[in-house]
Amino acid sequence: MKRLIAILPILGVVVLIQLLTTWMGTQFYLTQMTMAAYYSLLIIGLCVLMGYAGQISLGHAGFFAIGGYLSAALTTRNLMPCREEWLVRFLDAGGLLQSGKDMYGADLLVVWPWAAALFAVLMAALIAVLIGIPVLKLKGHYLAMATLGFGIIIYRLVLATPWFGEADGISGVPPFELLPGLVVRGDASGRVQNYYIAWGMLIFGLFLLLNLMHSRIGRALRAIHGSEDAADAMGVNISRFKLQTFVLSAVFAAIAGILLTHFNGGIGPSEAGVMKSVRYVAIVAVGGMAHLWGAMIMGVLLNFLSLRGVFGSYDDAVFGLILILIMLFAPNGILTLLPRKKEEAPVQAASKDEEA
Amino acid sequence: MTTELFVQYLFAGITYGSIYAIVAIGFNIIYNTTGIINFAQGEFVMLGGMVSVSLLPYMPLPLAIGLAVLITMVVGALIEIVFIRWLASPSVLRMIIITIGISILTREAAVHIWGDNIRSLPYFAGNEISTIGVLGARISPQVLWVVGVCGVMVCTLHLFFKTTSVGREMRACAANRTAAILCGINPRNMVTFSFVLSAGMGALAGCVMSPITYTQYDIGTGLAIKGFTVAILGGLGNSGGAVAAGLLLGIIEAFSVSVVPLAFKDAISIAILLLILFVRPHGLFGSGEAARLKAF
Repeated sequence: MKRLIAILPILGVVVLIQLLTTWMGTQFYLTQMTMAAYYSLLIIGLCVLMGYAGQISLGHAGFFAIGGYLSAALTTRNLMPCREEWLVRFLDAGGLLQSGKDMYGADLLVVWPWAAALFAVLMAALIAVLIGIPVLKLKGHYLAMATLGFGIIIYRLVLATPWFGEADGISGVPPFELLPGLVVRGDASGRVQNYYIAWGMLIFGLFLLLNLMHSRIGRALRAIHGSEDAADAMGVNISRFKLQTFVLSAVFAAIAGILLTHFNGGIGPSEAGVMKSVRYVAIVAVGGMAHLWGAMIMGVLLNFLSLRGVFGSYDDAVFGLILILIMLFAPNGILTLLPRKKEEAPVQAASKDEEA
Repeated sequence: MTTELFVQYLFAGITYGSIYAIVAIGFNIIYNTTGIINFAQGEFVMLGGMVSVSLLPYMPLPLAIGLAVLITMVVGALIEIVFIRWLASPSVLRMIIITIGISILTREAAVHIWGDNIRSLPYFAGNEISTIGVLGARISPQVLWVVGVCGVMVCTLHLFFKTTSVGREMRACAANRTAAILCGINPRNMVTFSFVLSAGMGALAGCVMSPITYTQYDIGTGLAIKGFTVAILGGLGNSGGAVAAGLLLGIIEAFSVSVVPLAFKDAISIAILLLILFVRPHGLFGSGEAARLKAF
């Protein structure tokens, strides 16, 4: 309940921003705020993996891309030519396909967005399990390189697969009707609605993770971060908790990818790029590693500034510089630089959320 | 596959393999003295190539290369002094993130200085079309330059660590830091020196490979991944293993082109990296006993 109340100020700010932009006639800011919210959804998931479980991942753009690309390809690629195949007939019989007309008036048969999204999330989770089992046995440099390698493989695969549009990516992705009347789409008329959908998802995700981190699982994860051997001795099943967290953060990334792809109406290979993964890690680091609120706020702020083009051609350089400066001077996050919180260790900073 | 084609692939593999080996040895030198994997290792190779191409209009080729190597060494020293030297026992996660940040900054600086054009040095001997016949295959003389320079570098490095006093001091730091301090060695200077050394090696490799593989601002990350693969494959910290593993990976990559599309070439070597990490994290030539002492 306390955490539910803590969410209220955020809700207030979200509504305030919407009202302000509408009042000032600058509603176009809401588009970037929507995108920033989706990126932040990935970032809070990564925050749990990095800050609480202490496992670095330099491949989370890969999971984002798995979600986005699968959903985009399934809802965009026309199944009409192979409609007699058993698989397509089977899907059609199950009501998982929807037909329509493309821009030239030809018949179009694609996968229903909900089915595509569920499939994409399941695939991301499955890949996370398959990758996670061997990768999470590694530590330090080895874990960083292995996840980086995974990210690069995904990038190379989407870049080399015609079904995923190669270097062009996939465009013309249809809107995603979450519930009747709630549609994820990018045109100006749906701007306010989409802003609230994205922020609703982000706040719901944050609430979910905050609760999780203050449950048995959260305590186990923090024990693992403190000392794996000690946690092991206390009877914590280290590998299972690490894997669960890895899969959870991959699912968050995939959901973010799916929703953002439908919102943007397309996805390109740069979303799977190494720089994206590094950027997510940078934002989690700035937010203070084991600090979900910090990660969310920094995620929204930095992504918004980046999407508005504030950093110009120095975009990547700014994130590189942020990474170095934070790690050199404030390895526990930018919030620890505030005089009030100076002596807080990251673990204590995390438990602060409970009182907040 | 005909003999000519086989030899052709083999030499392509050896060329790339020796570059990977040099990058891997650069990783090893820094890892041995600090326990850090320097994710910015590939950027040294890029810098070497870029600086030498920029210097070439003003001076003869050997001088341009020498100066480029020197400048990159200074950059390496500066990176260590500014970002790493004053940190008191940083965690591995922190070091990983810092060196990644350095790699991004170097790359971004390069794109703003040199732009995103592809550049290259001229061939050291002959030109693009001059070839030497080997067993019916035609190879460029530059291939011999690459292999030769890399070979000389590895031998010189071996002698340096075996015979010179600085080399011995560096090995002492790698073996036991506390004992080295007791013997009057300043380990901080050795760390700076290891950055200088691996920057210089990377830069020289970047110069000799430039005519064949070209130099662009973003080649660093790819080389770093390959170099790391090789370093792991050969056993982290083991330079002899790095040479063997480098040649092995280069040759596998070269022959993989005949089986799978070119676009998947990188994916293959990374898949090898993942496989090795999962099955034998101490490398093909590393000893499992010693590996248990390292932080996997």
